[in-house]
Amino acid sequence: MDLKLLVFLVFSAVLIGAAIGVITTRNPVQAALFLVLAFFNSAIIWMLMEAEFLSITLVLVYVGAVMVLFLFVVMMLDINLLPQREGFTRYLPLGGLIVAAIVVQMIFLIRVRWFSAENYPVPDARAADYSNTEELGMAMYTDYIFQFEVAAVILLVAIIAAIALTMRRRPDTKYQRPSDQVLVQKEDRLRVVSMDSES
Amino acid sequence: MIPLSYYLTLGAILFGISIAGIFLNRKNIIIILMCIELMLLAVNMNFIAFSYFLGDVAGQVFVFFILTVAAAEAAIGLAILVVLFRNRGTINVADLDQLQG
Repeated sequence: MDLKLLVFLVFSAVLIGAAIGVITTRNPVQAALFLVLAFFNSAIIWMLMEAEFLSITLVLVYVGAVMVLFLFVVMMLDINLLPQREGFTRYLPLGGLIVAAIVVQMIFLIRVRWFSAENYPVPDARAADYSNTEELGMAMYTDYIFQFEVAAVILLVAIIAAIALTMRRRPDTKYQRPSDQVLVQKEDRLRVVSMDSES
Repeated sequence: MIPLSYYLTLGAILFGISIAGIFLNRKNIIIILMCIELMLLAVNMNFIAFSYFLGDVAGQVFVFFILTVAAAEAAIGLAILVVLFRNRGTINVADLDQLQG
């Protein structure tokens, strides 16, 4: 057993354990932290497949942004834990049976000899000066430039939608109106009163 | 030397675990969102494995776009969740029956 296989087995075992932790833990904060662990482990497994850019992106984008967002929301919503768990044991046998059937079917399909994923040739290791980022960038900015622009538009739409959904105006809060402040005239603020001088 | 079937089996197991998570935690919408993220991770694992074994970078480009869409989906989903909690005071899926005729 060579070192790569050992690394793969160890990290995929931790990955599956973390995934089981996500779905069985009682506390949403713990589930989010288990998901962070799962993302870290799969980043290492992607690095075994020489997808360095995407594995770093997974850590930066998912662990750094998406999971922090999840943790923010979980901590912002004050939810009580126990009533959410009703039905866990009731659905466990049926759900476990269906999921076991799905997984066994998929693994059978992978290992079946017509598909022959077993004896697919393993590619040779790349040279030391190979840059995965450069190759991915070349593909993305030439062949996939239109899809890249569409992805940018999707992110823009997501930003606007998230802000528009969560923004609310409270009627009792006082806001500045800069346009009115700029357009103010002297007569609005100053009143000239003519009165007799008193001795 | 790790054969392709190991990566695909890992992806299949992850996908199955996330389906089980949606089955078991059907009351808690936050866990359901996390299971969707896990499901996308399993799909991305398959994409990268095929990209590596076929020597084609298009699979990695596809994973890049899936990551983009998943980030947008998580942001909008969590925003909807916050609005829902503000309006109803609960995120229990069983209580969300306002649209029921």
